[in-house]
Amino acid sequence: MIPLSWSLALSAVLFVIGVIGVLVRRNALVIFMSIELMLNAANLAFVAFSRDMQSLDGQVFVFFVMAVAAAEVAVGLAIIVNMFRLRETVFVDEINLLKG
Amino acid sequence: MIAPALFAVFAAIAVVSALSVILHRNPVTSALFLVVTFCSLAGIYLVLHAEFIGMVQVIVYAGAIMVLFLFVIMYLNLGRDIETGVQIALRRGVGWLMGIALLAAGVALFRHPWVAGPAAPPGPPMGNTQAIGLLLYSRYLFPFEVTSMLLLVAMVGVVVIAKGRRAPGPAADLPPGTAPGAPSQEDA
Repeated sequence: MIPLSWSLALSAVLFVIGVIGVLVRRNALVIFMSIELMLNAANLAFVAFSRDMQSLDGQVFVFFVMAVAAAEVAVGLAIIVNMFRLRETVFVDEINLLKG
Repeated sequence: MIAPALFAVFAAIAVVSALSVILHRNPVTSALFLVVTFCSLAGIYLVLHAEFIGMVQVIVYAGAIMVLFLFVIMYLNLGRDIETGVQIALRRGVGWLMGIALLAAGVALFRHPWVAGPAAPPGPPMGNTQAIGLLLYSRYLFPFEVTSMLLLVAMVGVVVIAKGRRAPGPAADLPPGTAPGAPSQEDA
């Protein structure tokens, strides 16, 4: 039996790594991967609580999160491809269209 | 007593490869380390007795989503990976060694005489996958249907976004000012 705190600690560490990745990287693709990392950290917390509470609802939520993540990745990567066509770059600090 | 050890090993792999994802310069390397992270998370799910989620993690995340990532990285030709000859030779050598090892393992597996094991016991009344399926089709039926709608909308949206504005076809009847890339003319 794994203590709940272990899973939650790992989930927190993975989430923080994802946040750091979003903050420090300039490559939009790597930022996107960091977002996936955060989603996975949330999934791990869901599974850990589901195990701790002897209830399967958390795992069903993880299923839904995965479906949403798949849709999000497809749309986001399409946006990145389009952005690359427009500006020839995927570095987010060179993409400042909204700044006017 | 073996479960905590497995958990610790998978957690260490997950943290180290997640750090490598955000620290590596080459996006292809980052993507491959992300695959390692997802696979070790799948192992953690197995340790936590969430078998269905673990398998779906491998299939959807490490399979579909990461293939999409790698496809886009290579499509955009971002891999600025200047390799020297020694490194390429080393990688090829390691690749051949791994391939031969895998082949040897497969040959050894097939040469081993396998006999049918004892019949499986009746087992628990319901497996993890069956329980989740029952839950999905009873209490969570409406969110499940909404998920299918979401996937359809995402599919249509991706086709519209990725088609681009220069493509001839039904999208060409938009006036030029409303095309989705118009601000780039001002910036240029």
